[in-house]
Amino acid sequence: MSIEVRVPTILRPHTGGQKLVTGEGETLAELFDSLDAQHTGLKARVVTDEGALHRFVNVYINDEDVRFIGGLEAKLADGDSITILPAVAGGM
Amino acid sequence: MVAHARADHPDEACGLIAGPEGTGEPQRHIPMINAARSATFYEFDAEEWKQVYDRMWDNDEEVVVAYHSHTHTEAYPSRSDTGIASELGLPGAHYVLVTTKDPDIAEVRSYRIADGVVNEEPIEVTGAPEAVQSYKFAHTPDSTVYDCP
Repeated sequence: MSIEVRVPTILRPHTGGQKLVTGEGETLAELFDSLDAQHTGLKARVVTDEGALHRFVNVYINDEDVRFIGGLEAKLADGDSITILPAVAGGM
Repeated sequence: MVAHARADHPDEACGLIAGPEGTGEPQRHIPMINAARSATFYEFDAEEWKQVYDRMWDNDEEVVVAYHSHTHTEAYPSRSDTGIASELGLPGAHYVLVTTKDPDIAEVRSYRIADGVVNEEPIEVTGAPEAVQSYKFAHTPDSTVYDCP
């Protein structure tokens, strides 16, 4: 099962500059494990040591924000497209 | 950017200017929803941000400017602005701050933010001096200050 992942500029140093990479997994957590095997350090930028998504990163399965569909336990299907984006935020 | 910040005052406004990848040219202004709807915090709406990003991806565009407003403080990145941009930010983007704390004078300043370090950069008004002048006059003379030491 091959899953396509759109990598934001900030994480491209982990993918040798590639915008689009592929990985495998039944769930998002497994996908990040598979990605990290090829692109060292990528997972740690998205997933905390405790195994949750970082607060200021958005991950989407197709158009769905994964926070609303099970987070890292969200199920993947062949042909899904994953997008990782920085959450743009701040305040005074 | 100033008009958007004024329109959303007293809440913080936020948005982007996108441009063709690799050119650094800000060409397409994209006002964004502040999902926090707050006078002290801003956050892109996750759903809108995905739609905007998809369009940029299809157009081979990148974020050239990421701006937001401060409604009660200086046009200078706050601790949370710097922290969040450093943790997972938009490398290559100019982080532009607009303050609307003064009802008559909007101050606009630009920064690079990386690894917890903020570097201010000068803003040079180029390209369409008439447009800038007419904007200033439309909003009373001297209403826009491009302030940079």
